[in-house]
Amino acid sequence: MTAFLRVVALVVRKDLTVEVRSLEVLSTTLFFAITVVLLFAFGLVREGVPPDGVAAAILWIAVAFSGTLALGRTFERERQSDTLRALLLAPADRPALYTGKLGGMLLLMALVEAVLVPLVGLFFQAPIFADPLRLAALLAAGTLGFAAIGTLFAAMLVRARSRDVLLPVLLYPMTVPVMIAGVRGTAALFQPEPDPALAQFWLALLVFFDVVFVTLALWTFEPLMTD
Amino acid sequence: MTTAVKAQLAVAALMFAAAPWVIDAAPYEATMGLVYKIYFFHMPSAWMFLIAAIVAGVASARFLFTKRQASDATAVAAAELAVVFGLLALVTGPLWARKAWGVWWVWDPRLTSSLLVFLIFVAYLLLRQFGGPGSDKLSAGLALFGMANVPFVYVSVNYWRTMHPKTSVVPTLPVSMGIPLWYCVFAFLLLFLALLSMRAALERQRMRLDALYLSHDED
Repeated sequence: MTAFLRVVALVVRKDLTVEVRSLEVLSTTLFFAITVVLLFAFGLVREGVPPDGVAAAILWIAVAFSGTLALGRTFERERQSDTLRALLLAPADRPALYTGKLGGMLLLMALVEAVLVPLVGLFFQAPIFADPLRLAALLAAGTLGFAAIGTLFAAMLVRARSRDVLLPVLLYPMTVPVMIAGVRGTAALFQPEPDPALAQFWLALLVFFDVVFVTLALWTFEPLMTD
Repeated sequence: MTTAVKAQLAVAALMFAAAPWVIDAAPYEATMGLVYKIYFFHMPSAWMFLIAAIVAGVASARFLFTKRQASDATAVAAAELAVVFGLLALVTGPLWARKAWGVWWVWDPRLTSSLLVFLIFVAYLLLRQFGGPGSDKLSAGLALFGMANVPFVYVSVNYWRTMHPKTSVVPTLPVSMGIPLWYCVFAFLLLFLALLSMRAALERQRMRLDALYLSHDED
């Protein structure tokens, strides 16, 4: 178990070091997420007033879009210098490698969300401080479900042709439960009379989704990444 | 084509040719009148869609863990049939819904989850078509995850009020409606099985041809 955790920590540290030196993925993803929210604002705001109840949907769509971009860029970097192959050749458990990549992805998406949430609160007058703990829990559980499937598919797609377009094509239908639960749960917190019980129900569904798909990804990463 | 497949196809063709008369013989339903007869094609296609999706998921899991090429061939065949029968169900459904419920589409759990599973299998075929080398394994992973996703899709879209008749309606149908229904289910099942074995056989031949071509190249 300690060997497993050590590999996870090493992979996360490697990804962080590469990222801190160039800031390539973080800066582009962050800017992309901001433009997505701005596009929604220009599309939806009428006479200076945003329509009711759209903030949750915009937040989650921005998370999904920027998450896809980050996944694509992170693994494109691994492909360019064929470092994913080197990583797979290392005498380490495949599931540990997967968990490490997933951890790096989660950190990246958490940073992006830390900017996205206040931005949505600002532009769409969403009460982001109504229930900050539940909002954070929903975002964490939703991001984990999205990234768990996304990391696995992006890793598999490294070797495929037309991977740029195939990643969203595969990922969006698969993560519909995350989107529905995330949006509904967040909307329950954003409405004028917050409904914590409803948010709790969707949070439970997200946690259950995470458990099933992280287990499934750990279980299938080995056969999927072996030639 | 084996004799068994030929026989299946012949019987299915005869049954489909006779189907209009069998369906015509069923009585009118009290509230929906003639329109409900779409049901005799809608429900069997939806069932074949479901069976095809399950076959594709199970065959993909087998391929992933045993690396048996034959399982992959079955998975491809089943995925293609899932798209075909799914499209049939998704086209006949709104036609019926327009008359029965007054709208073309409702965001009912069963409709929405069918649409999403359909989309996952379209993505599967796109991946196989454009993924290049190694896409067999990738698409097997997709089918496996797609299958695991179905209960979540169903629960998450279940939030909305359901308008779709429950599955339990089938045993309660009067015999005069039940016989044409089971007749159609059987015809669709025969067609499905014949197409599945034909397409899987074709895929196995294509794989053998690829292998021969590669080994010839190496000489």
